[in-house]
Amino acid sequence: MPAITHHIPDEMIVAYVSGSLPHAFSMVVASHLSYCRDCQASLGAHRAAGGALLETGEGVAVDAGLKSKVLAALDAPAVPEPVYEAKGIYPGPVIHSLKGRPPRWKTLGMGVKQDILFEDSEGSARLLFIPAGQAVPDHSHNGLELTLVLQGSFSDETGQFGVGDVEIGDENLEHTPVADAGDPCICLAATDAPLRFRAFMPRLLQPLFRI
Amino acid sequence: MFDFLAPRLKGFVIRCGARPALAEEIVQDVMLTIWRKAALFDPHKAQASAWIYQIARNRHIDIVRKESRPVPDELGEDPGTEPDASQIIGLEQEAEQLKHAIAQLHPDQKEMIVKAYMGDLTHQEISSQTGLPLGTVKSRIRLGLGRLRKELKGLR
Ligand SMILES: [Zn+2]
Repeated sequence: MPAITHHIPDEMIVAYVSGSLPHAFSMVVASHLSYCRDCQASLGAHRAAGGALLETGEGVAVDAGLKSKVLAALDAPAVPEPVYEAKGIYPGPVIHSLKGRPPRWKTLGMGVKQDILFEDSEGSARLLFIPAGQAVPDHSHNGLELTLVLQGSFSDETGQFGVGDVEIGDENLEHTPVADAGDPCICLAATDAPLRFRAFMPRLLQPLFRI
Repeated sequence: MFDFLAPRLKGFVIRCGARPALAEEIVQDVMLTIWRKAALFDPHKAQASAWIYQIARNRHIDIVRKESRPVPDELGEDPGTEPDASQIIGLEQEAEQLKHAIAQLHPDQKEMIVKAYMGDLTHQEISSQTGLPLGTVKSRIRLGLGRLRKELKGLR
């Protein structure tokens, strides 16, 4: 696998570590971290900074009964949390969101397919399937969009993106990503605003497809 | 350990925006997790405070969002590096230098850094809270982070 060249910016790693990053984007960040030693190193550094702030901050007295409550709870059998590990081309965070099932692809036309994994008021995350040589429909962004490659690769005006690479788009990025020759390109994409697929389908239809 | 850690955790969780009753609940959950998962903690990879910080933030976010947080896959050891005791000492030194670097920050920078790591405010919210234009806030966070990063670079 070629080296990862497109990473998560530091501020976004802080937002992920501290939990202020919306869930949809956290899915992409956690997935990129599942490939990338460099960003895991930054993650470790930022956790350490958070730990230092925790250690050096003022304490607040806890309820007198808290300790015995915790000790009592320790005696109760622990309910094991489900563990989601990477499977096939999908990193753990994607398997987590899929709850272990395979993707349920819905066709968007021209061989392009999607599976919406998550949606809330702050954003949405989806898997995209783009056949080789096929243009990802020309779209511009209302807000922030993160696109992480899970299989194959795509190229646009800004460069080439292979497995583990993440492209960060905002309203200033006008680009036309095209899936490179080879395996179909599968991506995890998160956005905080509805995408405007321009050359692709009428705006009125977008709510139907939830793009 | 409980008597040392629990009040610090409670103070931290309150600064993260939790009301006292919720803070008690989070402290209880976090202490329980720490005890249960102590065997999984690897001192070659992280300081205890960094590990506890992440557990505390995760628990808080899970309660607020009612959606369990996505967690990255473990990448295992870097090929060619054997875990040894010097790593643990290195991490301890790093933690000390970090605390020192934080103490050295300009108060404005420190305030922004604290807010960023407590996660209760987004960039946008920080700027509306303080009346500062967003660009300044971002560059202050970046500036503060840059100084921390410089400290960390020499250590990695
Ligand atoms: Zn990276």
